[in-house]
Amino acid sequence: MGIELYLDLLSPPCRSVYIFAKKNNIPFTFKQMEVLKGQQHSVGFGKVNILRKVPALKDGGFTLAESPAILAYLSQKYKTPDHWYPLDMKKRARVDEYLSWQHSAIRPSVLKIFWLKVVFPLYMDQTAPEEKLQEALEDLAIPLKQLEEKFLQDKPFLVGNMISLADLVAVTELMQLIAIGYNIFEDMPKLVEWRNRVEKAVGKELFQEAHKVILNFQDLNSMLIEPQLKEQMKPRLLKMVA
Amino acid sequence: MVVELFLDLLSQPCRALFIFAKKNNIPFEFKHVELLKGHHLREEFGKVNVLKKVPALKDGAFTLAESIAILLYLSRKFNTPDHWYPSDLQKRALVDEYLSWQHTTIREKGCKIFITKVLVPLVVGQPFSPEKLEEAVEELNSALKQFEEKFLQNKPFIVGNEISLADLVAIVELMQPVGCGCDIFENRPKLVEWRSRVEEAVGKELFQQAHEIILNVKNPSTTQLSPELREHLKQLLKP
Repeated sequence: MGIELYLDLLSPPCRSVYIFAKKNNIPFTFKQMEVLKGQQHSVGFGKVNILRKVPALKDGGFTLAESPAILAYLSQKYKTPDHWYPLDMKKRARVDEYLSWQHSAIRPSVLKIFWLKVVFPLYMDQTAPEEKLQEALEDLAIPLKQLEEKFLQDKPFLVGNMISLADLVAVTELMQLIAIGYNIFEDMPKLVEWRNRVEKAVGKELFQEAHKVILNFQDLNSMLIEPQLKEQMKPRLLKMVA
Repeated sequence: MVVELFLDLLSQPCRALFIFAKKNNIPFEFKHVELLKGHHLREEFGKVNVLKKVPALKDGAFTLAESIAILLYLSRKFNTPDHWYPSDLQKRALVDEYLSWQHTTIREKGCKIFITKVLVPLVVGQPFSPEKLEEAVEELNSALKQFEEKFLQNKPFIVGNEISLADLVAIVELMQPVGCGCDIFENRPKLVEWRSRVEEAVGKELFQQAHEIILNVKNPSTTQLSPELREHLKQLLKP
């Protein structure tokens, strides 16, 4: 009974887990989840993750949520190469520091922009107000600057000379916006180069494969969403543009 | 050269660090960064943490931000007892799971209550908005429901039978609304029992010492904010 990973590659945290597992040849069963169709609300998935979020891991009787926890668990269980989550205390602390900071700094802005640009029209049958999108994009400016000036600086990767979990989590997150057409690294050549380095370290083929769904986000427009689900999501979406 | 911890016990993550270091007899120098006086905005502190936030650690030339990272660093450097961050893979994963989840749930919503009830009035010089407070409390209630149903369940602590970093990080966050008069433990007997267990495991005296400031932050009108800090907060708090 191998590991099951419940993933929707539309989600950045799912992509980081997917890429990590594939890159390290970790055997797993890919359990496809489609969050926009509300599959996380199924009774079955509730037993895997009562928080009803992806990614989620099932390893025999053990279930686990939260991508940083899943990544650390996999890295330790499968003894992946040191650079992913270094044993050196200070380097490891730097990975932890990024993984902690990004929750409240990068992720919420990315989530908001993605929801306004892609999810809102899908559920509400109209586009979100442009000012709200602009506002959300402006909110990203400071964290991006902090990413460049505090976390990356002049290093090839966030924690030294090799790719780590921090780079993987960061890039998969920021690809959410790049893929849907936002040139967020405009005037930030250092970040552009870093992103390219990460793609190369992961392997172009795997990187592209993991990002196929988000890169083809226009295809989501033909997705059939149940009216009931649309109604359920309305209050949350309306709140975002209030 | 002793580890320096840059703290303001008004801040939840700072309390977790303070308690952890004291409980484990980790020698450190307490560097007081008074948030309400804007000390965190000073250039000098910026050299320790360019993100201008507390807590921060300085260990010789090595500086570190983010309480979770600092807690983990200290647990490794000082070889603290296993139960804080178990070496058992699955137990450890469950601690990591809580530490990750809590950022945008318990922490964010607990902060929101504090901001609404104490900080915003300080900045704008007007009483807090009851509707906004009610909204913030509702949001925390949802998070608390998940906390009880998924993380605590019927266990004595979040991860098994002993206190871990997960419980410590959780309790200090939940004390923030309590400190501003929102007793979120009321009508939640399971939470009350868990809190007692955590307090006992930490040691009542240390727990009280860490929470003295937040439990006495009752008179915001008497605190004077510097104009620079007020401006800075106005920007941060824009809805």
